Amino acid sequence: MPSDATTSPGSPEDLVADHVLEFPGGYTRTTGPVIGRFLTELRDGRIVGVRTADGRTLVPPLEYDPQTGEAVTGEFTEVGPAGTVESWSWVGEPRAGHPLDRPFAWALIRLDGADTSLVHAVDPGDARAMRRGLRVRPRWKSSRSGHITDIESFVPEVTKIVSPVRMEYRVRPGRALARFLEGVARGVFLGCRCGSCHKVYVPYRLSCPECGVAISEEVELPDTGTITTFAINNLPDPRAPQVPFVSAYILLDGSDIPMIALVGDVPAHEVRQGMRVRAVWVPEEERTASMSNIKWFAPTGEPDAEL
Amino acid sequence: MREIAVIAFAQTKHSATDEGLTEPELILPVLDEVRERSGLRTFGFTCSGSCDYLAGAPFSFVSALDALGAWPPISESHVEMDAAWALYEAWVRLQHGDVDSALVYGFGKSSQGDLREIMTLQLDPYYLAPLGLDQVSFAALQATASGAERAELDEIVRRSRAAGRDNPYALDLPDPEGDAFEVEPLRPYDIAPVTDGAAAVVLAAGDLARELCERPAWIRGIAHRIDPHYLGMRDLARSASAAEAARAAGVGKGHVDVAELHVQFSHEEPILRRALELPDSTVVNPSGGPLAANPVMATGLIRIGEAARRITDGTAGRTVAHATGGPCLQHNLVTVMEG
Repeated sequence: MPSDATTSPGSPEDLVADHVLEFPGGYTRTTGPVIGRFLTELRDGRIVGVRTADGRTLVPPLEYDPQTGEAVTGEFTEVGPAGTVESWSWVGEPRAGHPLDRPFAWALIRLDGADTSLVHAVDPGDARAMRRGLRVRPRWKSSRSGHITDIESFVPEVTKIVSPVRMEYRVRPGRALARFLEGVARGVFLGCRCGSCHKVYVPYRLSCPECGVAISEEVELPDTGTITTFAINNLPDPRAPQVPFVSAYILLDGSDIPMIALVGDVPAHEVRQGMRVRAVWVPEEERTASMSNIKWFAPTGEPDAEL
Repeated sequence: MREIAVIAFAQTKHSATDEGLTEPELILPVLDEVRERSGLRTFGFTCSGSCDYLAGAPFSFVSALDALGAWPPISESHVEMDAAWALYEAWVRLQHGDVDSALVYGFGKSSQGDLREIMTLQLDPYYLAPLGLDQVSFAALQATASGAERAELDEIVRRSRAAGRDNPYALDLPDPEGDAFEVEPLRPYDIAPVTDGAAAVVLAAGDLARELCERPAWIRGIAHRIDPHYLGMRDLARSASAAEAARAAGVGKGHVDVAELHVQFSHEEPILRRALELPDSTVVNPSGGPLAANPVMATGLIRIGEAARRITDGTAGRTVAHATGGPCLQHNLVTVMEG
């Protein structure tokens, strides 16, 4: 029991020494036959309980039934390895002596076939995964010595998997979109007017979805318009410059149907219905037949429009 | 059963930090105080409660005897438990009938080490201690099991700390705030503060008590019971042993004006209120309780001293003191006192 006493300099009121209480190499304890059996089975990767005279199964095994004080029977029975969380607490900041170095739960686990609960750590990855009734199983250490920590921790049973899905295609835009993108390539929004209902659609299309008739009249639209409605998005999107970003319905001047686009160059909370905007195009030399020609729509500074 | 009473009680002005006093230096003033209050210089029996692991030194309680003046030899004993159990031993000793007075004291300086991990050393060495299960972690398991509501716990801490600010011996702690967890569901303020301190009580029997004290706090019932140690072998939502001890001590035989409960974590208060079947009209922990000052190993004795003080000062007619030891309210001692 060595003391590492280093005295600090200073006045007598400031005197302080470090003191360590330790059994070098650890304190040796005999296990007795009941606890010894449990730890031996643990070393072999099995969890056993012991039967009491009245037929209950104590896990971990004790030498005496805590309810009656009677000696337990010599009958050991394998339990688990799965069990159910009965109660738990969450350690957000593990301490040096804890079994895991990342946040984890302490839990009372009722192993299948046991009548009492085992105290151990549960490593669910996230506190939100913990709940009463959670089914868990031991995660064994690869090298075991017959110690309660041969179970490194318990982990939730498998209840879901992640299935990767990826297919590759080659798609063509179709004639209407191809025509629209031709316009976008030279910095123009192409729309069309229905000969029957006279509505102006943008992007350009070949038929009127309301009247069901073919459209032949092409219309060139300006790149200014009015925001009719919008959403502030807080999840990142590869097409958006940053989070949060605003996606909006923009009614281009002279059209009857709004088109969806990003809004930029303005703080998200300042975007409003009726705001006047203009498309921000990428420099001419970078343009292709693609919607990426339009970075986003930015406020023009004009007074808001009536909707 | 011989009539035994608490006739004097003293405690230190407890400190949240190490004030640089050794244990004998910490104890001496409170021993002097109870000697003066009781008018006794020698006692038929002396018993102390402390824990060597708090100082990390074997037999640290023996050096504490320096504060006693144990020569010529005195009849003395010690429990490695809260000093409330030293009082129980002294009460049993006084039942023998050959001595009439006893001095009981307890002390602890938990500022010297890491109490959370020192308390791991009390756990079963095969199944629990090797996991590194610390005191706040096992208490948090019980907090979850008890199903206590956050608002109720906050109110317990607020009330206890406010009472503590009015108690010159307890710590000055602010109203609880903040939403961080120590070990979820426990917040830092749900946990009794690390405290250094000591306390002493003088017990006297029958006529000696009447002679030395105007209003002795007569011990009408005292009993302790224990639950199985292993946390998975009992229902943590309840304290069966506290309920058994309360029945054996006769808590329910009359109205309890004041109850001093050994609540080291806020969720323990509702568990103990239920176990002791205390009505809403009982004032709980008017001293602030351990949530306002927790000099470990003296805390339980202070509950008895505080509950007795309400009787000796005439502000209560019947009081109850509760002390606990072991993880998650494993071992419980209940004392009923009357004027």
